[in-house]
Amino acid sequence: MAIEVRNIVKTFGSFAALDNVDLKVADGELLALLGPSGSGKTTLLRIIAGLDWPDSGEVAIDGENALSRGASERQVGFVFQHYALFRHMTVFENVAFGLRVQPRAIRKDEATIRARVKNLLDLVQLDWLANRYPSQLSGGQRQRIALARALAIEPRILLLDEPFGALDAKVRKELRQWLRSLHNEIHVTSIFVTHDQEEALEVANRVVVMDKGRIEQIGSPGEVYDNPATAFVHGFIGESIVLPVDVAGDAVRLDGRPLNIPALGAASGAAKLFVRRHDMAVGPAGTGALEGAIRHVRSFGPIQRAEVALSGSEGKTVIEIDAPRDRELQAGEIVSLQPRRYRIFAAQE
Amino acid sequence: MSMQTGLATSTTQLRTYAPATDVSVAAPAPRLEIARAEPGTAQRNLRTEPGPIRFIIIALAIAFLSVFVVLPLVVVFASALSKGVVAYVAALAEPEALAAIKLTLLIAAISVTLNLVFGVVAAWAISKFEFTGKTFLITLIDLPFSVSPVISGLVFVLLFGAQGYFGPWLQAHNVHVLFAVPGIALATIFVTFPFVARALIPLMQEQGTQEEEAAISLGASGLQTFFRVTLPNIKWGLLYGVLLCNARAMGEFGAVSVVSGHIRGETNTMPLLVEILYNEYQFVASFAIASLLAMLALITLVAKTVLERRLDEAEVPDGD
Repeated sequence: MAIEVRNIVKTFGSFAALDNVDLKVADGELLALLGPSGSGKTTLLRIIAGLDWPDSGEVAIDGENALSRGASERQVGFVFQHYALFRHMTVFENVAFGLRVQPRAIRKDEATIRARVKNLLDLVQLDWLANRYPSQLSGGQRQRIALARALAIEPRILLLDEPFGALDAKVRKELRQWLRSLHNEIHVTSIFVTHDQEEALEVANRVVVMDKGRIEQIGSPGEVYDNPATAFVHGFIGESIVLPVDVAGDAVRLDGRPLNIPALGAASGAAKLFVRRHDMAVGPAGTGALEGAIRHVRSFGPIQRAEVALSGSEGKTVIEIDAPRDRELQAGEIVSLQPRRYRIFAAQE
Repeated sequence: MSMQTGLATSTTQLRTYAPATDVSVAAPAPRLEIARAEPGTAQRNLRTEPGPIRFIIIALAIAFLSVFVVLPLVVVFASALSKGVVAYVAALAEPEALAAIKLTLLIAAISVTLNLVFGVVAAWAISKFEFTGKTFLITLIDLPFSVSPVISGLVFVLLFGAQGYFGPWLQAHNVHVLFAVPGIALATIFVTFPFVARALIPLMQEQGTQEEEAAISLGASGLQTFFRVTLPNIKWGLLYGVLLCNARAMGEFGAVSVVSGHIRGETNTMPLLVEILYNEYQFVASFAIASLLAMLALITLVAKTVLERRLDEAEVPDGD
């Protein structure tokens, strides 16, 4: 089912959690809402679920106004960061809950409910845990049960709030891949919230980057990584080198000295130069836009990571670059640096 | 031992002989620390006191408990049975005694039932919703704890007495509140109001609202959510609150004494009757009733211990 969110505004006291947010989610998509804490991503998810209400704006699920219905009538599957399993019920009863509370007129008979719960437990590969209590499960198992429970009501859309946030790194990785393949299997429109960029880029078809209650960029994982629309996105997704520069026409200056790179259409005035660590080419002294002394080198895997103190800044500006290991760098060496790909954004207040 | 009557002295006397009311005041907080400190004492000798000091401290605690808890209890039962079991049973079979027991049970039933409902509603509102004036409401709930029971009784005299605000109207319509069951029930409800709410608020706050939100998103109605999710999660805490509420309702003296009117065989509850009989030198009868209250205290104590264990285990339900 498609979801459409229009002009959503939500404030908590004087804090604007969502500031005029518009979003369209296509049928069958797996969308990530990515942002730091306080960016409004969870609030947006809760509003779509009906667990929070916006101050103004519209939410439509499959073309019909969702705000005229309460959470219990929206048929939306919601998975919580801390699972929120019913602690006094077995795994089986947890999954069966949504089927047992249906109005008598449409409630299935016991045999159908049992069969359906069994199918769901098979789907999440945990049928052998049916008679356990939530406290007897590991975090990863609990989250899979929470997902099975949400799927039991045949949700029109599935919403996941930091679904892997409370799990350790290894389980997280496994569950990510598992969620992707599950989505390929059942194809229900899904939105998940995360503050972990790697998770968003790895799992989602499309990523919505949020900051301070606004959407900064919407795009495929490749787009938001390679073509960040704003300084925030560039800084938030992937590691970036950020240098304060001045733009005058097409010239870019760092600490008053011209850098030999075009401004790429950035407006004149104070600005910030963003370069990915691995997009900084290292060459012999005197051949690049920047120059500096290598302070320290660590080599691991295919790269060497060097700390470089830029010349002309009295050694105060130190940046970290990733270079391939075709030529071993030495501490103390003077090298030149040339940004292969970079973006310049006007500096914000 | 003083033979004076008068509210203040008789209250203290009762507290010493029949500690039923005092049991209810004990806060459940320290049990956790004790439970955690116990394991590991063997390995951590450096972190505990040397043997002799420990011995002295433990001996002091035992001596204190013996003098202030065990001894009074023994005295109550010994005095009650001092003229033999026959006299004891006869004292309890007196019509006045039976009326007092009946009235006490009735009052406890009324006030526990109503406070069960009020307490759950108040705790639900406070722990699951955000609204302005929440802190004020919590303070209000605690008010009966901080006000002397005598004042709590007097409030109802001022409201419903012959010279009170509603007194003339009530008299004109022939409704008896003061010196009758409704007044005693009102005073008891007021005094025992905090118990259920107080037992539930921390528990429900700790449990948060996520399970309720999950239930609602799965299509459950408000009532279904309450009965299938909230109530099962708080049942042990609720029983705990009810237990303490009941102990206090049966043992309440001050507030009830003010509104009861001490009409023999009609408005005397058990604690009131104990005082009256005692002042009339009917020691066996007085202590016989007191022994019932003391028994209630002991039962409450055992039940409380069991419930506390269940509350601790509530996090990890067994069953495989």
